[in-house]
Amino acid sequence: MFTVIGERINTTLKKVKAATAERDAAYIRGDVQKQQAAGATYIDVNAGARIGHEEDDMQWLLSVVKEATRLPLCLDSPDPAILEMAYGMVDQPPMINSISLEKDRFDPMIHFLKGKECRIIALCMDDSGMPKDVDDIFSRAKTLVEELEGIGFKRNDIFIDPLIQPISVAAENGTMAMDAVEKIMTELKGVHTTGGLSNISYGLPQRKVVNRIFLSMMMARGFDSAIMDPLDTEIMAVLKTSTMILGQDNFCMNYLKAVRAGSIIA
Amino acid sequence: MSDLNAITEALISGDLDTLTTQVKAALDQGTSASDILSQGLIKGMGIVGERMESGAMFIPEVLMSAHCMGTAVEILTPLLAAGEASSAGRVVMGTVKGDLHDIGKNLVVMMLESVGFEVTDLGVDVDADTFLKAIEEHKPQIVGLSALLTTTMPMMRETVNKISSQTDRKALKIMIGGAPVDQAFADEIGADGYASDAGSASKLAKALLN
Repeated sequence: MFTVIGERINTTLKKVKAATAERDAAYIRGDVQKQQAAGATYIDVNAGARIGHEEDDMQWLLSVVKEATRLPLCLDSPDPAILEMAYGMVDQPPMINSISLEKDRFDPMIHFLKGKECRIIALCMDDSGMPKDVDDIFSRAKTLVEELEGIGFKRNDIFIDPLIQPISVAAENGTMAMDAVEKIMTELKGVHTTGGLSNISYGLPQRKVVNRIFLSMMMARGFDSAIMDPLDTEIMAVLKTSTMILGQDNFCMNYLKAVRAGSIIA
Repeated sequence: MSDLNAITEALISGDLDTLTTQVKAALDQGTSASDILSQGLIKGMGIVGERMESGAMFIPEVLMSAHCMGTAVEILTPLLAAGEASSAGRVVMGTVKGDLHDIGKNLVVMMLESVGFEVTDLGVDVDADTFLKAIEEHKPQIVGLSALLTTTMPMMRETVNKISSQTDRKALKIMIGGAPVDQAFADEIGADGYASDAGSASKLAKALLN
């Protein structure tokens, strides 16, 4: 099943930032419930934008979000101390966003993750920067999987983010991501792949068209999760339709259900 | 001058064949390489920057124009007398410590170079001391700081503080850019300017030196 990580509770978004500053629980609750109704699998919570307030903001957001939904949460922070506090607040195993191979980040994150019951997003980033080609992405993915398995993680709990880069700055950035996903999904069998889909369309007009078609092409290569906006009805329609075309929707039941609900319209 | 307009137009539309033909024709007609550079090409990239800022041109088109610019400059370089390729100014540029993102920073470097700045690109994950060393070595009029992550915004503030305390700030302008920052943040940390994209960054750099 495709894992939709709903990205909307993030204080870098203006409305969320304002709602968080004003402690407007009704706004946050409403947004989370909409994401759940639209088909989110996890609700990502990021409180990083108000510098100096991450701990308070995360604590408040989690207290509101966990009452608003039965979905598991995706705890989104680079700071293990914040994650430790957040992990203590949730009632079901969360996803953690994220670990990478950047040295300053890797060791404290591994220390935090050891013995925790959670899933993890692992970014193919190291101290040399963004990956330059498929081999770069794959070797980083392999190292991350080995390290995480080394502290007891199961592959089913590892979500590799190949780091999608804009097609506007280099024509091969689309195929690089797609080829990497295929290689990861075949050679590191059992892991998942995820990522911020909309990075692909940075710098282009009509971005949503690019995002939708890219999702479908990525899914054909094995991409089985995304950090995305579940309230974007068109991309959710593409997701359900692609799942059916890939033979993962028995008797087309979910597709037909979505059509009858009015969420897939030609 | 009509030749130079044709050069400007070919550059803006990213038409490499027409551009090289027009540059060679202008040279044959006796137009100087430095006039072609300043009144044809640099002028054209100025327009490209404005159109990028207004949303009329998109990143791939800007990159295509920059690629054309590079090819035309290659033709002109051997013909420019020493000192004729006058510089719009010197810039030291980098993504701050802890941040490894370079796409936006690279676009800014490309646009600044295209409009005549000499840019020293320090790359990503650049600490304040490396900026200071480069300032001492290259004596820039402008330092550009980039950050993509909200978590590296404090590092931008620290870097500005350190540069401000250890250099003659009257002779040095600091500009910042990147997804999480804005004009208010620039004002708050004592930077001289903020630009939201590579097009406005080149305009801002010119304005800061006037």
